[in-house]
Amino acid sequence: MSTPTIAEANRLFEEGLLDPVELLSEVLHRASLTEAELHAYLTIDHEGARRRAEAAAERLARGERRGPLDGIPIALKDNLCTKGVETTCASQILAGWVPPYDATAVARLQEAGAVLVGKTNLDEFAMGSSTENSAYGPTRNPWDTERVPGGSSGGSAAAVAVGSAVAALGSDTGGSIRQPAALCGVVGFKPTYGLVSRYGLVAFASSLDQIGPITRTVADAGMLFEVIAGHDPLDATSYPGQVPRWDAELDAGVGGVRIGLVRELSGDGIDPEVAEVCRRVLDLLSDQGAQVVEVSLPTVEVALSAYYLVAPAECSANLARFDGIRYGLRVPGDTVSETMGRTRAEGFGPEVTRRILLGTYALSAGYYDAFYLQAQRVRALVVQDFAEAYQKADVLVSPTSPTTAFPLGAKVADPLAMYMSDVCTIPSNLAGHPAISLPVGLDSAGLPIGLQIMAPALGETLLFRVAAEVERVAGFDARPRLAEGMP
Amino acid sequence: MSAFMPIDIDIVHVARLARIDLHPDELESYRAQLGVILEHAAKVQAYDTSGVEPISHPLGFTNAFREDEPAPSLPRDEVLSAAPEARDGYFVAPPTMETE
Repeated sequence: MSTPTIAEANRLFEEGLLDPVELLSEVLHRASLTEAELHAYLTIDHEGARRRAEAAAERLARGERRGPLDGIPIALKDNLCTKGVETTCASQILAGWVPPYDATAVARLQEAGAVLVGKTNLDEFAMGSSTENSAYGPTRNPWDTERVPGGSSGGSAAAVAVGSAVAALGSDTGGSIRQPAALCGVVGFKPTYGLVSRYGLVAFASSLDQIGPITRTVADAGMLFEVIAGHDPLDATSYPGQVPRWDAELDAGVGGVRIGLVRELSGDGIDPEVAEVCRRVLDLLSDQGAQVVEVSLPTVEVALSAYYLVAPAECSANLARFDGIRYGLRVPGDTVSETMGRTRAEGFGPEVTRRILLGTYALSAGYYDAFYLQAQRVRALVVQDFAEAYQKADVLVSPTSPTTAFPLGAKVADPLAMYMSDVCTIPSNLAGHPAISLPVGLDSAGLPIGLQIMAPALGETLLFRVAAEVERVAGFDARPRLAEGMP
Repeated sequence: MSAFMPIDIDIVHVARLARIDLHPDELESYRAQLGVILEHAAKVQAYDTSGVEPISHPLGFTNAFREDEPAPSLPRDEVLSAAPEARDGYFVAPPTMETE
């Protein structure tokens, strides 16, 4: 069998054709076939997963399943704290660190009966767009192992693409769920800021970070979202109101829905093949009764600049906690400053160091107003821009990434070129809005192309409604090379 | 505010503020990279934001308060077990008083 989706596994469980222990075996078998080439996982928790799968199988046998995630093998990006399971953020500075608590999103998955398979690779501290910044070596793209899987949640996206997890969690600060999902041909969803608690997500940029699902289908993303979302007193930025229903209008189609193609993200700087496939999907939606319009987000380009000030600034403050005193690596010195300086020099990789220095500079005396505050003003303009666009359209669409997966090493020496690959995804983070990427086709090299749908804050119901229709009309059913020929 | 002012980075000072002990050749390489990135980032300075208030929370929320009620925290021994060095219920750190 091929690894089922969450929805398929539920059907098979209910029909008695599969149980959670068998499903876990299948998923681990796939990991054993692919990991040597793929390196999606940093840690596989064989023992914990087997224990949870057995408990889920017993609940299934007794007719006491806790819900649709009960018995489903799920992978977690390794910046989510897992009690008793090493959490490294793909950094040397946290090598061997075992958290004393679970992230809220992880705890909610456990309560729902999910089987946590292991921890997936990422760019160190989620800083990057290719998963090449991992201190433990890159993850490769399952469609072409000479290419990157995207990032920073590249391990989660690659694992879901080959079926070494049924679904996964990632985190998205500037596109880190959506861009790897696009490059690996799977679905990636970043919820409205605050809907999913950040408690236990090792912080990168607190005003931008959001946890979300990476799955094979839109419905699977919704099921995962439903379990992890909701107010959490342990995260002061957690949204206190009602979580929108993802499936309230799932089958309503797109008749009468105004879909805005973002002009600035559909021409210059976008690979023509990517742009063409996205336009074709819009034509199909138009055939289904959607009203396709062109909208403008004039701040798109300057948003990228603002992001690369705001995110490093917050990162430099958040990563100050890695000081060699309370946890993680310590490189001893004669004084506390020497200890901190040596520990951080040895513990952080080049991209994390670069961003800490950049953020420290942007927040330092004399530059705070010119860089940081000005970037936060631009951020306010991005929010205004979206508000105007949403006068003309109900949802916005663009490619998720300007290109399909690029070769390993292609952008390592040029940080700015790497940063540009986030141009389509960053605006939603700055505004705190929900956005989803789903695979809609392949380019001429056989690499997947992702379409991004964006909605206003708390617009998840409409977002999922449109995404479900895009999924249906695009009919994407290709499989990565690494998963071909598998039983 | 002038647009695209030349970016002059005192990288030694910045690295000291960030508490990262870098070798001189590393410092120079980071200085050059930061220059390129900041030149791009400086586009925010050229952008007309007159009359715009900066925001720090995307949805415009401000402080979230909760009742100040005592609740259990993580067990001390579990937390200290992750420290590079701990003794008698404390973290152990090198001297903080420094003399030149």
